[in-house]
Amino acid sequence: MSMKATTRQVDSVTVIDLSGRITLGEGCVQLRQLIRDELGRGNKYLLVNLADVTYIDSSGIGELVSAFTAVSNQGGQLKLLKLTKKVHDLLQITKLYTVFDVHDDEAKAIASYGKSAGA
Amino acid sequence: MTTDTSVVEVTLESDLKKVEFADEISRRVSATAGFDEDDRQKIEMAVHESLINAIYHGNKNDETKFVYVRFEIHGDRLVVHIRDQGEGFDLNTVADPLATENLLKVSGRGIFLIRAFMDEFRVENLPGVGTEVTMMKKLNSSIKPNQGGTDREHEGHNTPS
Repeated sequence: MSMKATTRQVDSVTVIDLSGRITLGEGCVQLRQLIRDELGRGNKYLLVNLADVTYIDSSGIGELVSAFTAVSNQGGQLKLLKLTKKVHDLLQITKLYTVFDVHDDEAKAIASYGKSAGA
Repeated sequence: MTTDTSVVEVTLESDLKKVEFADEISRRVSATAGFDEDDRQKIEMAVHESLINAIYHGNKNDETKFVYVRFEIHGDRLVVHIRDQGEGFDLNTVADPLATENLLKVSGRGIFLIRAFMDEFRVENLPGVGTEVTMMKKLNSSIKPNQGGTDREHEGHNTPS
């Protein structure tokens, strides 16, 4: 199962719901393009929902890091929502859990962008 | 090797799309060996990362080259051998992905994760043949995720990852 993504707008925050596998190759390429497209549209407050991601490898983690950096460089914020235990453990072990702003509750996550995002 | 060792061997073309197939075999083999769900996921990820390295970095996606995978189920452990036809690499040259300067790098976490999830990991460069990775996981040797490298050397790398 490859990665699928849908986006929706909640106030000024773009929520990206991902599902499936984020792995080297198709999944990573899709994610990279998705982030590029959102930034191109001026959407720089991104909330990536990983609740339905069944598998992520080291390349997928790297792609999340790349997305985080790209969004930050544009003056935006990329946050993560609803990590599965697997993804949570991987971020812990790679020390990235402290890099990303991680939320379990979507409404609170949206609110956390604050006035800068107009949320 | 004892008589009660079960062996599963798979030969893969150097195509990243084959990795998902090997992931599935890994899941089935580790289930047969008696690992719990947590360990099955760790083994799957270690095999997955090693296969990516073999196909992408070792064989450089050359579909005329192959990756040879051998699972050995022993009574108390699973041993996995993954051999490519590449030129090999030196583990000592890979960077620590947990170092502050490497934390936001896009690549370099694959070998680190393999080391964290398996009980043994070694790499042998076989001149004129390729590179063989050997990984071992003991039954009931669950490693807590946050222990994945606190007291061991950390090696991630840019090529391979």
